[in-house]
Amino acid sequence: MAPDREKARVQREPFDVAAELERVKRTSLRTGGVVLFVGVVRDFSQGRGVTKILFEHFPGMAEAKLAELRDAAISRYGLIDLVIVHRCGELAPGDDIVLIAAAAEHRAAAFEGCSWCIDELKKVVPIWKKEHAPDGAVWLEAHP
Amino acid sequence: MKITVRYFALLRERAGRDAEVLAWDDAEPTVQRFRAHLAEHVPALAAMLGDRSLLVAVNREYATAATALKDGDEVALLPPVTGG
Repeated sequence: MAPDREKARVQREPFDVAAELERVKRTSLRTGGVVLFVGVVRDFSQGRGVTKILFEHFPGMAEAKLAELRDAAISRYGLIDLVIVHRCGELAPGDDIVLIAAAAEHRAAAFEGCSWCIDELKKVVPIWKKEHAPDGAVWLEAHP
Repeated sequence: MKITVRYFALLRERAGRDAEVLAWDDAEPTVQRFRAHLAEHVPALAAMLGDRSLLVAVNREYATAATALKDGDEVALLPPVTGG
């Protein structure tokens, strides 16, 4: 099995959705379903056009919080495995931002675990976005 | 004692730096009192430091106003997170 730090990570480069799906699937043949969430950069935000988004994270703490979140989701929903990948740096509309892949014996746990994970990520993981628009750039104050 | 302060996102831009080491001594060295000290040290951050939505991490764990600081601690100022 891959070290857990590969299953809760922040990276600049794009992630390979199929490879991450394969990573959680191969953990166990007990797996009956995987729910994948991929967050993507929109070309609008709060009525403004978005040309790019800069993602800044707190190196070390962001990865640690992702790992804690992963452990919590696995025990809370009885997941077989879970992968969370968040990107940093400058992303353009259409680019992938975050991936969560939750594997479970049955679909209900996979759906619920995946959903809980992205909600919690947005509350506790020290990552910030600065949205760039034609009329200027702003740090988002908080999640709408 | 010496405290390493790290600034992120909007705070980093307002402070004009991402980190610094400050010498600070206080009879009750709590996060709350350090925030008040920082507001004087970096006036550009005073309003944000007074806002309760600004979180503080001490040695990479979320801290409360009452968390005690010790020599060598790293205090990170974290605006409300907006990842995902």
